[in-house]
Amino acid sequence: MHLDELKVGETAFVEKIEGEGRVRRRLLDMGITPGAEIYLRKKAPLGDPIEITLRGYELTLRKTEAKAVSVVKR
Amino acid sequence: MKKEKSEFTAALLGNPNSGKTTLFNSLTGATAYVGNWPGVTVEKRSGEFRFKKGGSAEIVDLPGIYSLSPYSPEEEIARSYIIDSRPDVVIDVVDCTNLERNLYLTTQVLETDVPVVIALNMTDALKKEGKAIDASRLSKVLGARVVAISALKGEGLDELMAAAKEAAKEKRKGSSVLPSSDELKEALSIYSSDESEVSSPLFHSIKALERDELEKKANPHLCEKVEKLVEGSGIDYETWIADERYKFIERECSPCLEGKRESEREKLSFSDKVDRVLTNRWAGIPIFVAILFIVFHIVFSEDFLYLSYTGAIQGTFAEGTMWEGLFYADGAIMSPGVIMANFVNCLTGGLTEVVGNWISDPSLVPLRGFICDGILGGLFAVIGFLPQILFLFFFFSILEDSGYMARVAFIFDRIFRRFGLSGRSLLPMIMGFGCSVPAIMNTRTLNGDKERIKTIRVIPFFSCMAKAPILSAVAGTLSADFGWAASDLVALSVYLLGILVAIISVVLMHLTTQREAVPPFVMELPSYHLPQPRALAIHIYDKAKHFFKKAFTIIFLTTIAIWVLSHFSWDYTYLENNQINVSILSDIGRLIQPLFTPLGFGSQLGTAWGWAFAVTAITGLIAKENVIMTMAYLGAAILQIEEFGGSDAEAVGAVVEAITLSGGVVSSGALFAFIMFNVLTVPCFAAVATARSELPSGKIGPTLLFWLLVSYLGGTAFYLMIDWPWTIAIVVALLAAAFAGAFFYDRRKSASEKERA
Repeated sequence: MHLDELKVGETAFVEKIEGEGRVRRRLLDMGITPGAEIYLRKKAPLGDPIEITLRGYELTLRKTEAKAVSVVKR
Repeated sequence: MKKEKSEFTAALLGNPNSGKTTLFNSLTGATAYVGNWPGVTVEKRSGEFRFKKGGSAEIVDLPGIYSLSPYSPEEEIARSYIIDSRPDVVIDVVDCTNLERNLYLTTQVLETDVPVVIALNMTDALKKEGKAIDASRLSKVLGARVVAISALKGEGLDELMAAAKEAAKEKRKGSSVLPSSDELKEALSIYSSDESEVSSPLFHSIKALERDELEKKANPHLCEKVEKLVEGSGIDYETWIADERYKFIERECSPCLEGKRESEREKLSFSDKVDRVLTNRWAGIPIFVAILFIVFHIVFSEDFLYLSYTGAIQGTFAEGTMWEGLFYADGAIMSPGVIMANFVNCLTGGLTEVVGNWISDPSLVPLRGFICDGILGGLFAVIGFLPQILFLFFFFSILEDSGYMARVAFIFDRIFRRFGLSGRSLLPMIMGFGCSVPAIMNTRTLNGDKERIKTIRVIPFFSCMAKAPILSAVAGTLSADFGWAASDLVALSVYLLGILVAIISVVLMHLTTQREAVPPFVMELPSYHLPQPRALAIHIYDKAKHFFKKAFTIIFLTTIAIWVLSHFSWDYTYLENNQINVSILSDIGRLIQPLFTPLGFGSQLGTAWGWAFAVTAITGLIAKENVIMTMAYLGAAILQIEEFGGSDAEAVGAVVEAITLSGGVVSSGALFAFIMFNVLTVPCFAAVATARSELPSGKIGPTLLFWLLVSYLGGTAFYLMIDWPWTIAIVVALLAAAFAGAFFYDRRKSASEKERA
């Protein structure tokens, strides 16, 4: 499954980052690397973007960007 | 004092929110200097650190970044400064409450040949969490000097700078935390054996393995060789490198943290509790609106506690004392922002009077006018803007520094994405309702140039406080003389129409001249924290200085120029305020009057007084307050009295009446078009000067043209639609055609771009 399908309150581990280019680079730089633990904290009032916790900090990204992150649920 | 030469240069590098700026302020104190990096509108802050035993170091604050791979123009600056300008030492600021992600950048900068000292910041905050960090162990693991500091409390700064001084003397070779691999070794040998002698070969070879865009530009032939290597290996090096960096940090560095390590979901800190409320699904948006209301109320309200409705203090204070008008008026206490503005105006007004009395000789009247109204008027116009601009900026700095602004972007991103913007551009636009100047300054928080251009261009459409008198006066005339609905409804519709025009403009720009892929939105939500008064003060001081430097000359000169034009006739006779009708300015008004014919306030107003509206359009360029002030002068000139005593709306009414009596035709559509023209046209000179310094170079010309075009077309459209309602069909059809045209242009452009790719 992909990160954008995760429900609020669920935890998953990153499998790999798909796609290419700058967004992918950014996701990797921000610590979304294979094996990283991601907790979906909340969604914005309008349903998008999403807020995740990883490596001890909060990160927000849009669902279109989260689609590129494939994850495995714990 | 002779400026001593610095012994060495230290660059501050670190993640956004790592406390880098606080550290910079603590190190440099009053010596800080704000400039611009060459070629881009990004602030360059530098200053001096003085050692207690004598000697000093130059400190350069680099833009906050997460990685040395370029993402925004700011990140490119930080990277090229370290790689190409090569400071003597890099001080890498690491927020130890967020160790893993902060050290990711550290592992990259260690690959360059530049000496590195790591400043472990926020050790005090870590202590509060019941944790500690073993600095000497971390130092051993990373192979660099590590100093624990608290930038906020100023702890460990001397030790840090002593370490930096030591490190600056050394020669260092880059080292990598990545495990060895064949490709890594080969890429390095490609880079080190090349005769072009690239400095920091390790750093460059790793960037080449990552297929880094900047690296491809810098060393194309070397990159090509490395790329072949990568293809042969079948490994995705981009992921591999990022992954190995984080693995190293988890394995070697994270154990340096002593104390309990919670899993991600267990952490529910202070920040999370605040966040539950502020970004709440239902309460998030209302809370944002409420915060905005409170800020605007404190800065701009003339009835701060709503006492005029209750009548509680009506007559309590002696009327006619010097305090009336400063703190209260009409049974209402003013807001702190208005009081501050009144105070400044009181001072400057008093000063003008003193100077005026000093030059009291009747033969010197023109000189007095020139000094008091021209020179001092120009000087005080600049100062008069300041209190509310800075006050507004102060509040928004608090919202920004506390971490709330990032949440606002998070809440509203969904809406703004549709228009090719991100949630971040909401704030500058809303600030525009207060004053365009701080609003335009605040577009620095936006990521890309195009997003910045789009936002700056529509900020004036969010009608600012100085335009409010135009709205209320002309709307007053509309309801008094033309039987329109209540004037506040007219004013409200102007605000809404301004927003509508802004949306239309942004969409059209996004499809045509400012095309770009919707900028990605991957953003850290920093923990909430109380803003530091010291940092805020420095922030505000910087902005005030910047505003003065950029806006002073332009406002000063134009005020004097317009004063001269409106107070002299062609034969150099000096004119009083109420003789404006025979001034050079009035002739310029007569000259450009026909231009406004499509907008309803041009030739159809006749020749006697019909140029009045054209003249106010010119004086409004200095400050929008001048539009109505000029109307009052005109009213006085019409009635042949020394000073116009009536209300703003009556002044407009007098001008309209004079025009009508002399055979001109003023329609309600023309008056409404006049309001819309002023809302949409080139803003005041202060805002233009600010826009010029914030826009990418060469963009102020097209932006001025854009404002003129939108106000001209917009004014025409509103005039036509109100006076001949059937033209609504035409306007809507033209607008639809424009959208369709822009849409197809965009489609064709993207098709041809795809083909090329």
